[in-house]
Amino acid sequence: MQRRALMKAAMIAMSMTALQTTTALAENPVLKIGFVGVTSGPAASWGISNQRSMETRAAWINETGGYKIGDTTYDIEIVSFDDQKDPKRAIAGMEKMAQEGIHYVVGPNVDDGAAAVRPVAEANGIMYFPYAFPKSLYTKPASNAILGMVANYQSGPAIYKYLMKEKGVKTVAFIAANESDPLSQRDSGVAAAKALGLDVVSDNVTYQVDTTDFTPVLTPIMRERPDLLVLSGVSPANAPQLIRSARELGFQGVISTETAQDAGVLTEGAGDLANGFISVGGASTPELASPMMIEFVDRYTKMFGEYNDESNTKVYALEYILETLKADPAAITDVTAFQTTMDRFEAPNPYMKGDAKLRYVGMSSFGQRRQVAVPLVVNVFQDGAFETLFVAEVD
Amino acid sequence: MEQILANGVYLGSQYAMIALGLTLIFALMNVLNFAHGQMYVIGGFVTYTFYGQLGVPFVLALLMSCISLAILGALIEKFLFAPVIKGSKREESTMLLAAGIAFLLDALILLIFGEKQRGVPKIIDGVFNWDFRVIMPYDRILICVLAILSIICFICFMQYSKTGRALRALAQDRTAAQLMGVNVDRYSMIGFALGAMLAGLVGGLLVTITGINLGMGGPTSIKAFMMVMIGGAGVISGAIAGGIILGFMEAIGLAVLSQYGDITYLLIFVSLMIFLAIRPQGLMGKPWG
Repeated sequence: MQRRALMKAAMIAMSMTALQTTTALAENPVLKIGFVGVTSGPAASWGISNQRSMETRAAWINETGGYKIGDTTYDIEIVSFDDQKDPKRAIAGMEKMAQEGIHYVVGPNVDDGAAAVRPVAEANGIMYFPYAFPKSLYTKPASNAILGMVANYQSGPAIYKYLMKEKGVKTVAFIAANESDPLSQRDSGVAAAKALGLDVVSDNVTYQVDTTDFTPVLTPIMRERPDLLVLSGVSPANAPQLIRSARELGFQGVISTETAQDAGVLTEGAGDLANGFISVGGASTPELASPMMIEFVDRYTKMFGEYNDESNTKVYALEYILETLKADPAAITDVTAFQTTMDRFEAPNPYMKGDAKLRYVGMSSFGQRRQVAVPLVVNVFQDGAFETLFVAEVD
Repeated sequence: MEQILANGVYLGSQYAMIALGLTLIFALMNVLNFAHGQMYVIGGFVTYTFYGQLGVPFVLALLMSCISLAILGALIEKFLFAPVIKGSKREESTMLLAAGIAFLLDALILLIFGEKQRGVPKIIDGVFNWDFRVIMPYDRILICVLAILSIICFICFMQYSKTGRALRALAQDRTAAQLMGVNVDRYSMIGFALGAMLAGLVGGLLVTITGINLGMGGPTSIKAFMMVMIGGAGVISGAIAGGIILGFMEAIGLAVLSQYGDITYLLIFVSLMIFLAIRPQGLMGKPWG
């Protein structure tokens, strides 16, 4: 008898839970946005900061009643897929998104993954926002990829120019991991430096992705005594070790990179040795962050225990997707409408102080609007935090 | 040249430490522990948590890494490897299990410690600079000395202690050791715990230099396998030799070949393939296993 009562109670509880879930889901229709990127292995930090940024914003939207597009208010659901930085897995991930009827995907995080998913995305009507720099992804006949950040060939020259003018930099050395992304970033960085008249004293030193001790790797570069050491495409995991080794080997010059970094990781890995390190960031420095950005950081921290400064650049993609859909609700299922809207789209940038705008750019670099207009914020690390060095715009 | 030698000694000592635990487990149980790198990473994170986060003295934090990994290793052996070894005649069962454990540990590391690179405060400040001929931060010198001392202690333990003798007997001939009264199950567990503890120790030592992140496990395992293949699988002295050889090859390659791009590891892999084609048992391994 007792057992029967227990079973009955359990069944009722299960039914109630199921009913509750259905009711909760039934409140608003769900708009699924995909994420395909690397969330495991050495580069996990890049993809996880992406995924968590999207999940934080989605939870925030859902908690405050949903997101209104046209006459309908949607709950946002993030569908994630770990491509393990493998192009084959990235294709599988994009196919999964297509099967789920998703038309807007953030990622992949690296060049080869972004190139691999292009046919799947274009065949299935998916707009995707890679964090990869090859121009072929964004120039015609490519149509569906939108660069989700500032490319190194846009930020590099701006940083070099600044350093030439403000710090008298004349010689530069490049070091990169032996991988497609960092190597292509190094090559375009070298070309930009030469075009600006900098003397490139070393550009062929590379290191294995899994290198943990950079002293032997950096020793040949240190003999050249460059004014500037560029860590091309450096991952947040490697940056502190490279900085620390360079400083311990007596390097006195400036160290910079065109990738986003995390202040906490630099503090733990290199401490004061990282002071003066220049990197590309987003809009979270006190000088730039709007109240909404501050709240985003706060919510992210509460949700995941710790904020990742890389999310300063990753916060934008989902906002761009939703704002563009709001501008043209037909684009929810029709990416052609989305592409048309991109040409005239403009909305206030909620994450920055002042009158910054969300809009699509890229006419100069790609001949069509296939890049989100995130501010080119160049930061310098000082005593455990980033300070804004300068802000520029990209087109 | 002096700098290359110094880098070689430093890299060789840390690599030898990494390979020791792996080869010990292989010698005792004929298990290729693909999760060795993940154990190294956990060791690093334990030291990071106690030393870097909670402010516990470094030596105590290191001890915590050793104890945590020894317990983890013992549990993995007792509840996972021992039943599989007893229940399966196929050697690949343990390999698949080891690979599964590696994935599991990776997922747990991500859940518990997060995706970020972690680092701890330097244990000693300052850089040794001999007229710019040899530049080596003091903390690297200390870690190198500690690694060499740990290797010596491990060899002495294996050579002169009762447990070490039992483990060596087990490695030489499992059946004969059993017939001589060695409790095979117990010493297998102790051996696995010791191997895992060594991974934890080197992870704890190196977190002060290289930091730690969840992606380090796989590459560390691959390097450890390379060292074991060079020295001879299951031979302690072979693992040490393999580690030192790999350390020196890397230091020389990075210094001499840097102008040609990243071809050091390409050449190391080619050399390893040629070497194994000529001597498949490695430097000190026996051709019969």
